[in-house]
Amino acid sequence: MDKHFNEVGKARPKIDGKGLVTGRPAYTDDLACGDALVVKIIRSPHAHARIVSVDMSDAQKVSGFVLALSSKDVKRIPFTRAGQGHPEPSPHDKFILDEYVRYVGDEVAIVAAIDEESAAEAARLVKVEYEVLDAVLDFEEAMDNPTVIHPEPEIHDMFPIGFEPKRNIAAAYAMEIGDVEKVLEASEVRIKASYHTQAQAHVALEPHTAYTYLDLHGRLNVITSTQNPFHTRRLLGQALDMPLRNIRIQKPRIGGGFGAKQHLHVEPYAALVTLKTGKPAKVVLSRKEVFEATFSRHQMRIDVGIGATRDGHIRAIDMHVLSNTGAYGEHALTVFMVGGSKTLPLYNKVEAVRFGGQIVYTNKVPAGAYRGYGAIQGNFALESAIDELAAKLGMDPVELRKKNMIAEGQTSEVFKIMGEGGEGVEMIVESCKLDYCVKRGCRLIDWLPSRLAYEVAPGRIRAKGMAIAMQGSGIPLIDMGSANLELQDDGFFKLHMGATDLGTGSDTILAQIAAEELGVDSDDIIVYASDTDHTPYDVGAYASSTTYVSGNAVIRAAQNMKKELCAAAAAKFSVDTDQVEFDGKELRTKDGSRTITLKELSFDVLYHDGLNMKTINASGSFSGEKSPPPYMAGFVEVEIDVETGKVDVLDYVAVVDCGTPINPQLARIQVEGGLLQGIGMALYEDVQYTENGHLRTNNLMHYKIPSREDVKKLTVEFAESYEPSGPFGAKSVGEIGIDTPLAAIANAIYNATGARIRELPLTPPKVLAAIREAAQS
Amino acid sequence: MTITLTVNGQEKVHMITPGAMLVDVLRSAGYTEVKKGCDTGSCGVCTVLLDGLPILSCSYLAAKADGHEITTIRGLEKEAAEFSEFLVGEGADQCGFCSPGLALTVMAMKKELKAPSDEEIKHYLAGNLCRCSGYEGQLRAIKKYLEACRG
Ligand code: FES
Ligand code: FES
Repeated sequence: MDKHFNEVGKARPKIDGKGLVTGRPAYTDDLACGDALVVKIIRSPHAHARIVSVDMSDAQKVSGFVLALSSKDVKRIPFTRAGQGHPEPSPHDKFILDEYVRYVGDEVAIVAAIDEESAAEAARLVKVEYEVLDAVLDFEEAMDNPTVIHPEPEIHDMFPIGFEPKRNIAAAYAMEIGDVEKVLEASEVRIKASYHTQAQAHVALEPHTAYTYLDLHGRLNVITSTQNPFHTRRLLGQALDMPLRNIRIQKPRIGGGFGAKQHLHVEPYAALVTLKTGKPAKVVLSRKEVFEATFSRHQMRIDVGIGATRDGHIRAIDMHVLSNTGAYGEHALTVFMVGGSKTLPLYNKVEAVRFGGQIVYTNKVPAGAYRGYGAIQGNFALESAIDELAAKLGMDPVELRKKNMIAEGQTSEVFKIMGEGGEGVEMIVESCKLDYCVKRGCRLIDWLPSRLAYEVAPGRIRAKGMAIAMQGSGIPLIDMGSANLELQDDGFFKLHMGATDLGTGSDTILAQIAAEELGVDSDDIIVYASDTDHTPYDVGAYASSTTYVSGNAVIRAAQNMKKELCAAAAAKFSVDTDQVEFDGKELRTKDGSRTITLKELSFDVLYHDGLNMKTINASGSFSGEKSPPPYMAGFVEVEIDVETGKVDVLDYVAVVDCGTPINPQLARIQVEGGLLQGIGMALYEDVQYTENGHLRTNNLMHYKIPSREDVKKLTVEFAESYEPSGPFGAKSVGEIGIDTPLAAIANAIYNATGARIRELPLTPPKVLAAIREAAQS
Repeated sequence: MTITLTVNGQEKVHMITPGAMLVDVLRSAGYTEVKKGCDTGSCGVCTVLLDGLPILSCSYLAAKADGHEITTIRGLEKEAAEFSEFLVGEGADQCGFCSPGLALTVMAMKKELKAPSDEEIKHYLAGNLCRCSGYEGQLRAIKKYLEACRG
């Protein structure tokens, strides 16, 4: 394996970085034209209701008013807002505007006006009469509840996903390898416990925004803050009953995604106004709307059973999950399945394993994709349970993991059985440095099994905890990316890709990959991405796929480009193509008798070659046959105030195997950013409601995300690893960082106090209560 | 009503509604470098300098700014470009939505604090949230930048 790279593995600055810091217009709302109509969405104040009437007469009197629409003015087509492959593994259970509203914040009607003030005023004057219905707010009571949230007959799934709306079930699933009951029964030591994870809000700092206009051909152009332009085109076409050829989606810079923008929340409303009026229109959500009416993470209850021998060999794992999808079933099944498919293979030496459960509807903010995508919930439950087992066995939790965890060259039957929404693929793990990650992490955090906790001052305990994790790299056999390269005069290249940079720097990383394969500098690659009219297809940025899936597509395009360049030079030299070599600067015959620089060739083919002049371009596509997991060991040192229950994170050590980090600086930031979101979820981020289903945490004063004062230190290192199927050995790194903090911190609290908390977040009152309870027993 | 603002050295009269917030007035006047991420003064992305001091323009009445000097990041383009070298160098410019507000606050901090410690830096910038970076990379960049400015 060639590990000598010129562009890969180098900390190339993000190509758009400077422009963003200096404030150049870059995001959707910066690009919207000044006279775009402003669209406001009237939202339900009730958790569950039927709309009796919508009276727009007062709104229409506002000067500047242009248009108002309710469900009566919009075609009734069930669709899903989830940006996923086709057919979507999510039920089609949402209407752009409906007669029923199913959560506080659900769309009731829209108004458009010439400016912000008149739109807001008109929206205020829309009078809606509701017939309030019983609401289902507790997800543990949703199944078979007398209140049915989706009684409408025309909703459906695209293929069987266990969809039973009459029972408030959006999806369900079950699998079993071996006989779990029997093996559990026969195991010497057993653990059985229930874990709860809460809904978490993404809080991408740019609120969801879309801007639409008709171009001179009358085609609908949508500039939108999206993670997946091509899925958006398909879903929007479906929802609006429009041929896809009449829609163009462009993604400009986007102000954070994390899964929040993997869905259609704003595009249909701006598009409707543009289609009805012929005028440009835009929707910019307020922060309150982002909280109340986009998505959050799925809340889950996860029941875990583990059976082991007395010397710590794990024989069986049983995981039963109840997941809360809120009012609509977007990503219901797939997030749930990842909870098992990206946790259970960690312990691949079991004799039996079972995973199943239901995803239920409630009258709450719908759940959707969020970084970690189920793996984070599953990880909290499993990695807490593993520590509970270690405690019961009297073993060092690190030793227990070392004994049971997956290693390079091994496999797990789970890979084959569970995919995202269906079967998975068989996979031998060709790169896994988890053993190194654990060992190195122990060194960095100074892990001493006999000294995992000690008092630093009266009532203040320092303690350590850990967890391991895996994720995936794209969705095999479902998701695909493509790239086009074109030689330009002066010898540089245009790289056009459908891949969607969310700010992670994927445009930069993919340019590095192209440059590496071509042997040129990354400065010679000009990137244009994410425009459905001008770039080739790509599923978009989700499922940790960009580096792996789109990166492999870029490599293929570059390989094809090299062939084209050699063929063009061969024609000039009058030799066979295989007689020509290219080193990134020059093309020459193998005997060295003829040479031409890339620059000369580029001018020749475009200006000098008479009838032989042509554009040299090449493309490449890639869909994975596997999804190589990145791995991570996470170690935390916390300080706990036993008087108040407050937990401070002093250091979080992450040792990550993501294969070759294409751009180490950007990879490191991905891990650091993920860690902090995980720490936020572990300690305090919590989507909370009032008794009647109103979101209590609907602004940034009540929903707290970590500030820069909340964590003392993050320590991130990468293992040396090389994934043979990845571009230059790379796997993904976007999600893995978020997975371990939940369990690692809960485990540290246990190590410090003997209090086992199975319900997130680990807030001071909860920690304090658990400490008191532990002290009593 | 009308107010007069001097934005990045340019004096202009703006028509506003009485309750308008400064961020909205600036954005609709074309200063799109001022971002808006919340409406409650909680995230810091709308930071501008008012007579040289950082304020949150989403919770600052435009009327109150009448007659004052406003500086957005584009008014400090040279300094911002210098700072961006460090931020970009650490890979800490992710989605970039928080960057203009952060950069302005760093400029203000540079004037106000002499050789600040890590804790002081974090404290000064605590109101500037970032959801992408995890802050560590930003801290590395800010320290190197301050170091370089000291020469
Ligand atoms: S937009 Fe002003 S603080 Fe968030
Ligand atoms: S870089 Fe995205 S919020 Fe800071």
